[in-house]
Amino acid sequence: MAYAFDFASVLEYREVLVDGTLKTLALTAIGTVLGLAVGILGAVSRAWKLAPFDRLFAVYVEAIRNTPFLVQLFFIFFGLPSLGVQINEWQAAILAVVVNLGAYTTEIIRAGIEATPKGQIEAAQSLAMGRAQIFRHVVLPPALLKVWPAICSQVVIVMLGTSVCSQIAAEELTFAANFIQSRNFRAFETYFVVTAIYFLLAIAVRQVLIQAGQRLIARRTK
Amino acid sequence: MNDISTWDIARNLLDGALWTIGLSLTAFVLGGIAGLLLLFARIARNPLARRLAQGYIEVFQGTPLLMQLFIIFFGGSLIGLEISPWLAAAIGLTLFTSAYLGEIWRGCVESIPKGQWEASASLALTHVEQMRYVILPQALRIAIAPTVGFSVQVVKGTAVTSIIGFVELTKTGSMLANATYQPFLVFGFVALGYFALCYPLSAYSRILERKIHGSRAH
Amino acid sequence: MALVRIDALHKHFGSNHVLRGIDLDIEEGQVIALIGRSGSGKSTLLRTINGLESFDEGCIEVDGERIHPHETDLRALRQKVGMVFQQFNLFPHLTVGQNVMLATRIVRKLGDAEARELALAMLDKVGLREKFDAFPDQLSGGQQQRVAIARALAMQPRVLLCDEITSALDPELVNEVLAVVKTLAAEGMTLIMVTHEMRFAREVGDKLVFMYQGRIHEAGDPQELFANPRTPELASFIGSIN
Repeated sequence: MAYAFDFASVLEYREVLVDGTLKTLALTAIGTVLGLAVGILGAVSRAWKLAPFDRLFAVYVEAIRNTPFLVQLFFIFFGLPSLGVQINEWQAAILAVVVNLGAYTTEIIRAGIEATPKGQIEAAQSLAMGRAQIFRHVVLPPALLKVWPAICSQVVIVMLGTSVCSQIAAEELTFAANFIQSRNFRAFETYFVVTAIYFLLAIAVRQVLIQAGQRLIARRTK
Repeated sequence: MNDISTWDIARNLLDGALWTIGLSLTAFVLGGIAGLLLLFARIARNPLARRLAQGYIEVFQGTPLLMQLFIIFFGGSLIGLEISPWLAAAIGLTLFTSAYLGEIWRGCVESIPKGQWEASASLALTHVEQMRYVILPQALRIAIAPTVGFSVQVVKGTAVTSIIGFVELTKTGSMLANATYQPFLVFGFVALGYFALCYPLSAYSRILERKIHGSRAH
Repeated sequence: MALVRIDALHKHFGSNHVLRGIDLDIEEGQVIALIGRSGSGKSTLLRTINGLESFDEGCIEVDGERIHPHETDLRALRQKVGMVFQQFNLFPHLTVGQNVMLATRIVRKLGDAEARELALAMLDKVGLREKFDAFPDQLSGGQQQRVAIARALAMQPRVLLCDEITSALDPELVNEVLAVVKTLAAEGMTLIMVTHEMRFAREVGDKLVFMYQGRIHEAGDPQELFANPRTPELASFIGSIN
């Protein structure tokens, strides 16, 4: 007997889908902004060998890049409360995204900073610019511009990875899918639709980030 | 609640880790074979083959691994197949791995300078001969480091299969954390387990990369 | 009193003694041409004058700013010493105007309007006022180097260092850059140039300094030295260039 697909039963829950989508986007957005901040701090510490932060960031980067996001999330959500740190599912999800993305962007941005031609720094020095000024105006913008595509890819990977946050009951898009299929008993259709939403989100987020990067870091035409 | 000793936790986690290793190896080997097919489709002269391979790669790189696993798991039962968590995990991770490896390897093939194609064409080699004798041997050398690097992503990806009920390291950890009320200790061990598996691969990939860049510079 | 005083300057790169006791006084408005073979120490000497290279012994004084070996705070010195590089080193993410204004705004703390006016004036001087909104990669090498000169001049330095500023240029672009330098010299700018343009050194230079194995081997009036080198090393160097 042929199976009759029933996608309408998924779309009945479109409000749940929209809500989950928005929360996934919000989690990604907050995580990206804070994660980039961590990444810039980490990259500076590593590139300038600021003891002891360079070592701390090196350990942090290796620890995060060599363990699964899901385990990091569980460690934060289940592990921290047992140390007396109270944390809800959204705080845990955001913290996990920031910690994860921060580690990857540390390495990505560091590579960009270290690729700065020596002459650029010498030119800035000869203009009597200080270390912080040189970093802020001469080193960081071209470095970020150069690695921006890599950062965009990483953000998309992290956004897709947030689907496991459903496991700590953060009500994002995958949580919405689980909820819907428990009501309509149409697991395949539900996950198919939600997968399609993720796919469109991945394309859209990448486009928006690339455009934003070019606006913010690159050439501003007046 | 302390009838489960730290030793018991470690022993159970080791059992789980064996399944993580088994799944990683399966996905990596099968995914590698599928990835090779994808690579050939991706660089084929037939535009349809190229387009299909590209679509496949975009879909698997553009959707969450967890969703891929759910669809395989529930899709199988739709067509009347009873798919075990292990089988769903193996299929899902294989497809996921093949998409990434196919794309990584395509990058390696395309990084071979155009002059190599032109030079070998001027020697009257056919397309297949060019690939076999000139392009692939060079691409292979470049491909080793990122391939080893990606194996880390495969190992980490296996953790997601715990969600569809495959009992590997993370799932074992979740069960133990519930049973012992010691999540910090248990997930700490779990993290250490993944680190022990992944760090050597990361470090090796970095060494390989340095070697290739070093030998190119001179 | 001399604008730039260099006193018994020594520098080592590891076991290599690259500057072996340099004494050099430069008066305000002088144009100094530093020449010599590669490895003679001429570029190193130039780079010590604004602190891009440290030194081990001796002292450098520019317009009353003294620097000693291993000095780390060089910003006061660098405000008095401008530099133009062989590879231009324009900031690729900034427009021509922004390149010229950056340091005047954040180091000299000029306001936006004032910095802009100054930048336009400096670009005028090098003949590139209309390129204010262009990006460096839209300019020829000669134009980029002229922007680099404008950028250094906007800091209103007392002395301008030029490190082989025409060596990276295609031959047909060399003259437009040298013409700018010539104008600066005529306006009384103090210039210290490492250069391979011997004809230019002879025409524009007030003093020729020939470096050989880390020392000033010969120094004096360019016309005279070119005509009658006193040492066989300079004679052979001039012979090898022409």
